[in-house]
Amino acid sequence: MERLRLVENPVDRLARTVEALLVIASKPLSVEELAAACEEEAERVETALGLVASRFREGRSGVVLEHVAGGYAFRAAREAADACARLVERPIQRGLSQAALETLAVVAYLGPVSRPEIARIRGVAADSAVAGLVERGLIGEAGRARDGGAVRYETTPLFERVFGLADRSELPDLDALAGDVEELRSRLEDVAARRGA
Amino acid sequence: MAVAVRELPLDLDAFEGPFDLLLTLVLREELELRDVDVAEIVVAFVERLAERQALDLEACGEFLVLAAALLELKARGLFPDEELDLEGLDPEEAAEELAERLAAYRRFRAAAGWLEERLEAESDRFFRLGPAPLAPVPARPVARQEPAQLAGALRALAAARPEPSLGHLVLTYPPVSRFLDRFRDLLSSRGRFAFDREVDRLSRIEQIVAFLALLELRKQGEAQIAQAGPFEPITVWNASAS
Repeated sequence: MERLRLVENPVDRLARTVEALLVIASKPLSVEELAAACEEEAERVETALGLVASRFREGRSGVVLEHVAGGYAFRAAREAADACARLVERPIQRGLSQAALETLAVVAYLGPVSRPEIARIRGVAADSAVAGLVERGLIGEAGRARDGGAVRYETTPLFERVFGLADRSELPDLDALAGDVEELRSRLEDVAARRGA
Repeated sequence: MAVAVRELPLDLDAFEGPFDLLLTLVLREELELRDVDVAEIVVAFVERLAERQALDLEACGEFLVLAAALLELKARGLFPDEELDLEGLDPEEAAEELAERLAAYRRFRAAAGWLEERLEAESDRFFRLGPAPLAPVPARPVARQEPAQLAGALRALAAARPEPSLGHLVLTYPPVSRFLDRFRDLLSSRGRFAFDREVDRLSRIEQIVAFLALLELRKQGEAQIAQAGPFEPITVWNASAS
């Protein structure tokens, strides 16, 4: 008995505990949360997470560990996506309209942001788009602008999870998105060439 | 999307290419807006729309916003020197702000496009969703309790409740017979009496019972009743005496 305990790798044991915690959680767990539940040092939990990640990865397991929405969570392997789609509905991400996506983009980049501010950027009222996104759980209320000011909204951890982002800093740079200057230039030259011809 | 506004091809005097490019050139001031015929852009869009069967509201809305912004930008640009102090707004500033807003809108449209692509790329991600009843704090231990206290509390609950008193609901009034006897005595001793004076100091309910007794006497033929008019004093006399 005594001998057996000496052979066991303590990180291995911690990794099994972390697996257990992740399988019962329905939201991503941060290193701090895991450490508190395991009553362990955060550093050791991170080591254990590395072990879990090597075991649960695409191509090796049907369950995959991912770093998402500020924590760690299990998700289905991508190869099982078709079977998963036959089993469950995904009302959160299904049928997002252009208006909803634009509103979501504004909230993701500028949040916390109020409805009037969203409307100013989009040029049209944002009420129904905001209400729809709140209902889907992609954005949520984040206090008021000032005392008694307009309600402000920001994206939820669920947003990061649906879009597969570890956090909001993974969103691409807004200025880079607006259009590559070089690309615009080449299109311009293209048009000029056609006119000349 | 039935009609992509950004890819709407334009063939104007000053410009040829997609609408998107026109917008970019205007915003970067590489194209003079005064040379652009906005009406032609509208015509091009309407023609494009007419080719389609279904009306794409989304595209129409986007086009309206963009065309209106272009028009306003152009209108302000056409009067650069005039004193056009619109609500204290400097036309230069207003045009600048408008251009700024158009640029901001374009950025967020691009961001929305990125989100859409991302959603498509991540369409094969499935994960567990549900309420997460995580215990944030361990439950506080309950202080030691005396079992006898619990038994006492239970006993108090088990005791039969007293019948509720309905005393306040009961209307107490004397029997009609009491007034019958009294009025008969009066009739036999005095022959007649004034009803009002007899019941003057009684309570309202007693007065009613007394009046019932009076009607009973009349019905039995023991008394005669007279009243000069409504609310006048009632006189009662012995029927056999008259």
